[in-house]
Amino acid sequence: MPTIIYIDHDGNERQIEAKNGESVMETAIKNSVPGIDADCGGACACATCHVYVDEAFMDKVGQPEDMEQSMLDFAENVQANSRLSCQITVSDDLDGLRVTTPESQH
Amino acid sequence: MDLSTAENIVVIGGGQAGAQAVQSLRLFGYEGAITLVGDETALPYQRPPLSKAYMKGEMAEDRLYFKPAAWYEDNKVETLLSQRVEKIDRSAREVHLEHGGKLAYDALIIATGSRPRALPVEGADLENVFDLRGISDVEHIRPKMIAGTRLVIVGAGYIGLEAAAVARQLGLEVTVLEMAGRVLERVTSPVISEFYQELHRGHGVDIRLGARLSKLKGEGGKVTHAVLADGEEIPADMVLAGIGIVPNVELAEAAGLPCRNGIIVDEDARTSDPRIFAAGDCTVRPLAHYARTGRLESVHNAIEQGKLAAAAIMGKPRPAIDCPWFWSDQYDIKLQIAGLSQGHDEVVVRGDRAGNKFAAFYLKNGRLIAVDAVNSPPEFIASKKLIMNGAVIAPDQLSDTSKSMKDIAAEAA
Repeated sequence: MPTIIYIDHDGNERQIEAKNGESVMETAIKNSVPGIDADCGGACACATCHVYVDEAFMDKVGQPEDMEQSMLDFAENVQANSRLSCQITVSDDLDGLRVTTPESQH
Repeated sequence: MDLSTAENIVVIGGGQAGAQAVQSLRLFGYEGAITLVGDETALPYQRPPLSKAYMKGEMAEDRLYFKPAAWYEDNKVETLLSQRVEKIDRSAREVHLEHGGKLAYDALIIATGSRPRALPVEGADLENVFDLRGISDVEHIRPKMIAGTRLVIVGAGYIGLEAAAVARQLGLEVTVLEMAGRVLERVTSPVISEFYQELHRGHGVDIRLGARLSKLKGEGGKVTHAVLADGEEIPADMVLAGIGIVPNVELAEAAGLPCRNGIIVDEDARTSDPRIFAAGDCTVRPLAHYARTGRLESVHNAIEQGKLAAAAIMGKPRPAIDCPWFWSDQYDIKLQIAGLSQGHDEVVVRGDRAGNKFAAFYLKNGRLIAVDAVNSPPEFIASKKLIMNGAVIAPDQLSDTSKSMKDIAAEAA
């Protein structure tokens, strides 16, 4: 099982064993990682699961699709490495993925 | 009333609102006992996928649940499932369970939700006639979602249309009966209704408008036909009712809490009893951005009121009140709705209707009060903020697609 590392805006790290096929958002919610709300349950409708992806993994997580990109355009504190964690699916390739939650979601 | 020293909190209802209240209570530092009473067999789960990905078989059941079973143990939340509450005794501050037993409470959260309105026609109790509210409904429906099956859906609201989209994608023959002159009449404008009518007809759904169901006919106890008021008989292997929901207010009403098509609550989700809160579909609440009260049937509302109740109990500052929002997935079309369009005096369309990418803005006295955004997240997100700010925007600004929503929002602010 791949491990995902969630880092909050203060730098605190949480290592979570994730399940392939679930999203980075779902993994966070089920493990009570603070800073990821995901009010819409992963429908790409609310932008409350915004994360910053570690630069080393940018290629592996791929590019956001149009819908996600539009949601991100209006999210707060967006950076080049911003993604909605509900749209990133966990796989063995993402073992060791590090994502940081923005301060505005805490 | 300061309830932060409460020792026993009871939550009635294990849907989105009840689950949120429980999570927020722990998040806000409540350390006393929590008992969550739910009348379903399952732990709290998301309902929206039931008429979308889950119904289609594209989402595993364990992905529906908000939290795994271990979360409730770790957080010392006692869950009483498959249990109904018989009554609330406010003077003794006790909840009576149907199977016997009482739960004492210092604070109580009523999150009883709503139930599908029953089809008011003869034959509604025939086999293969379903409504769609819980996991167990989908368990009964899904094995029959087989190509070639003739499905008649009664009611062209969101549930009915989402189910129609899933059924067509699985190869069923689908007829939708709608009494009104257009689909989604209760919730949207003609431009959006017409779009969805064309969308579904393009996918081969037989949409019947102005169609009044008079009865369901069966053979050997199983439904065979939906019979219309004009006598037409439409063959049906399965019937799905989606004619709206009824708030579950009976417990509150019997306990003497004021109700009017919902349990009446204030901006903290508190009822007239300072120890009793209510959250979700079952409430009538102040609508912060509309200077009136109303009942909202949505995920946003359930989450927000769950948080409001927990914050009020714990004496925390009131969480931010969001503009109401909703969404619907049908085929490859995502509809995102912000605000409430009732009472609008102008509709402005922006974008490319033929290209399935457009938005309808609703204005009242020049102010933006709602938007229906079809495959148009920027219009949705930008409008949400503009609605909350009470922004006045000229219609020709909104329809000008040479300007981005970001620029329009910036200029209006």
